[in-house]
Amino acid sequence: MNVNEYKYNSHTEMSDELTSGVKDLLFKMADDELILGHRNSEWTGLGPILEEDIAFSSMAQDKLGQAQAIYNLLNQMGEQDADTLAFTRNENEYKCCHFVEYPIGEYDFSLMRHFLFDAAEALRYNSLLNSSYKPLSDLAKKFRGELRYHTLHSEVWIEQLSRATEESKARMQSALNECMPLALGIFEPSKYDDLLLQEGVFTGEENLKSGWYEHIQNILTNSGLKVPDLSSITPSFGGRNGYHTEYLKPLLDEMCEVYKIDPEAEW
Amino acid sequence: MNREEVLEILQSVKDPEIPKLSIVDLGVVTDVEITNDKLKVVLTPTFSGCPALKVMEDDVKNAIKELPFDEKEVTVSFEKQWSSNLISERGRKILKESGFAPPPKINGLVQIDTFKKVKCPFCESDNTNLQTPFGPTLCRAIHYCNNCKQAFEQFKPV
Repeated sequence: MNVNEYKYNSHTEMSDELTSGVKDLLFKMADDELILGHRNSEWTGLGPILEEDIAFSSMAQDKLGQAQAIYNLLNQMGEQDADTLAFTRNENEYKCCHFVEYPIGEYDFSLMRHFLFDAAEALRYNSLLNSSYKPLSDLAKKFRGELRYHTLHSEVWIEQLSRATEESKARMQSALNECMPLALGIFEPSKYDDLLLQEGVFTGEENLKSGWYEHIQNILTNSGLKVPDLSSITPSFGGRNGYHTEYLKPLLDEMCEVYKIDPEAEW
Repeated sequence: MNREEVLEILQSVKDPEIPKLSIVDLGVVTDVEITNDKLKVVLTPTFSGCPALKVMEDDVKNAIKELPFDEKEVTVSFEKQWSSNLISERGRKILKESGFAPPPKINGLVQIDTFKKVKCPFCESDNTNLQTPFGPTLCRAIHYCNNCKQAFEQFKPV
């Protein structure tokens, strides 16, 4: 599409209400990337094999780069600069979902989270390719090739470990059961969903969730796992409105520690 | 001074990690705009999380510092997204000379098959296996050549 085919080439063409809705969406996306990127980086030096150590470290770097790009867009929309947004907000100002806050746990948990989260992330950006807000569509085009490496990685491992030994299969199933309520928290409804859909900016969390469930169900079922029925799960909501798990605060304290020693420092 | 002449000067700015490869041949210079006395150079990162971009930006500022324009600007933009397809023919040759397998041209997203039988940059054999798509930097994958029995890196298709 060329410039003329987008409804919104700049946020200045939007109503205040729509601008708030877009910012809300961008904060959710960027904060998820930042916090999960930080969690992934905790595998650096600890991966079960060298290749996995490097894979999680690389994906951490991708996620931080993507978070930075989204914060930069927020900056263009009038918010503070990327570092200030990433490192100086209060805990209740972060809009990440609970799923990304959880500690890395055992490798099976991290792998299942990587599969479930990155599948949702890839579908989210896939839908944003057609966003009516050009800068968001540009970011989606940029990220999709990078995310492709993440989803290929997670799908290969999920399929292999779910079919390997009794132990690995049992571990994958139990990780899946533990992750599902948290994964559904990704799709916590927003008061802006209808407006974003109506304006063609974003398809909305509910639509995204349906596509995601179908996608993961195919892969997990083909791998021999039992996918919990959605009606039997209570999603872990709250993160999108600033209510977080006990795990976020210690993560933020550690992540922001160096920055806060001297916020004016030139790097 | 025209666009082509500026691009020729930007040939002197190299990828900090592959010192023979210019950022023009790498494809990260997406625009050179000249309007009256103003020069604008637009860069885009290979991968969003590429830490070398800031170095490239500073190197471009340095390279155009003395050029005869009243205003000079270097910006980073995602409007034209980088793809490995943008690496020039000369860039592909330099990658190979530097010990990297150049990325194949791709149409759309990479598939598992994209990584099969990548030609070894050392012995030209295609009896090779992908070891891991995540290498020492975001833009490099690691393969193994069964013919000359050594690992090699590939510049990743994306």
